Amino acid sequence: MTGVALFVAAWAAAVQLSGTRLVPGPLAVVRALGELLSHGLLLRYLVASLFRVTWGFLLAAVVAIPAGIALGLSRRGEAALNPLMQVLRPISPLAWIPLAILWFGVGDRAAIWLIFIASFFSLLVTVIRAVHDVDPVHRNAALNFGLDRRRLLRDVVLPAILPQLVIGLRLTLGVAWLVVVAAEMIAVNSGVGFLIIDARNAGNRYDLVVAGMVMIGAVGLLLDTLVRRLERLPSVAWGFSA
Amino acid sequence: MTVATARPATATTQPKVAIRGFGMTFATPDKQVEVLRGIDLDVAPGELVCVLGPSGCGKTTLLNVIAGFLAPSEGTVRIDGEPVAGPDPRRIFVFQERGVFPWLTVEGNIGFGLWRLSETERRARVAHYVRLVGLEGFERAYPQELSGGMKQRVEVARALAVDPDVLYLDEPFGALDSITRLQMRGELLRIQERERKTVLFVTHDIDESVQLADRVVVMSARPAQVRKIVEIDIPHPRDLSSRRYIELRDGIFAEIGLAHRV
Repeated sequence: MTGVALFVAAWAAAVQLSGTRLVPGPLAVVRALGELLSHGLLLRYLVASLFRVTWGFLLAAVVAIPAGIALGLSRRGEAALNPLMQVLRPISPLAWIPLAILWFGVGDRAAIWLIFIASFFSLLVTVIRAVHDVDPVHRNAALNFGLDRRRLLRDVVLPAILPQLVIGLRLTLGVAWLVVVAAEMIAVNSGVGFLIIDARNAGNRYDLVVAGMVMIGAVGLLLDTLVRRLERLPSVAWGFSA
Repeated sequence: MTVATARPATATTQPKVAIRGFGMTFATPDKQVEVLRGIDLDVAPGELVCVLGPSGCGKTTLLNVIAGFLAPSEGTVRIDGEPVAGPDPRRIFVFQERGVFPWLTVEGNIGFGLWRLSETERRARVAHYVRLVGLEGFERAYPQELSGGMKQRVEVARALAVDPDVLYLDEPFGALDSITRLQMRGELLRIQERERKTVLFVTHDIDESVQLADRVVVMSARPAQVRKIVEIDIPHPRDLSSRRYIELRDGIFAEIGLAHRV
């Protein structure tokens, strides 16, 4: 908190003393935030961005977690799909923007698709690795007690991968939040990313640009804090103690 | 020499575990490694047999095959006359404390194998084995809050809770300090006195084997073969300074080719 306060003070002083017009001062940014709030845009844009992130991220999780477990358990399946994953993974989600617009038009669905792509591969790889990391001793112990495949999955594989999965979800949510801003600059006309690019295009309102940046930072921090809470649950925390 | 209370080494009834002509060879990319060769061994019901050998001689592999985690390259392993087809809840493998599930509490771990029972029965069984291994008050603790010895007790309790006929113990006390190790041996014998399981106990510790076993199976270096089977004809509780104890222990030292001096 002191760090933030010092930074804002230094920022204000630097802008004041240099008289620069390249960066708005903190006060101008606060006024811009007030302006957005009074026009109802602050909440609307945040909700629009969060809506896209939520759907893209949830869809990715719903597909990637079961797929990652299946691939992690099946050596052959993974061997077959691994080259494809390795080629698709380094493609920046932003490279998908033209195709996303072509397929879904300018709107929510294009943005959701981009967030899905950005989240999916990172989650898939996390889950596959976590399944590989399940201690064979634990698997053998479970088999020894006569567990069938379904119980093995529910009582050993799932709890064993949970800590790594939660970390994966947290990092991926961070990436999704990065991507939504980029996606909104091009593929939609609402949201925080749109606010930033629109403020520049429509009148060089750099106070609004920085206000958008501040909103992104605040929400990113909030999301991270929320997911971090999961890491303190006993069924997750065991993974961080050894 | 007292033989009255020692159980007979060769039972007249059917052996619990019968191993015949068992061998194990692993293929590595550039060669075949023969780990175990021509092993014959019978274990009587209720007998505690220690398999003793140097590290890396293949004792653990032997135990893994008997437990059904690996298939033998040669020969057969039969239990109650039936070939071993895979792991079986009637015969539980106790790993060095690493087998405890870190995401479950002490209670959760001990009750892990009891999913076929009703909730009430499971609770009663768990409570009984928590007491048996002296972990009262730690029922809700997670393994990472426990010492190595306590984790080992959780694993032993988890194994006993499903009431198996046979226990496979793979250097179960190897990771413990020497005081805890001695205590755990005492507890194992105390439990064995009450529950009377057939126990196969793998160790590289000569003293441990002579303290615990009805018979000690001395293995050679790789490819491991049975070098000698020593019957420990001392009644429990064993006097570790008795003439017979030292005689048997030194006999094994000599068999392995170690001078009993440091």
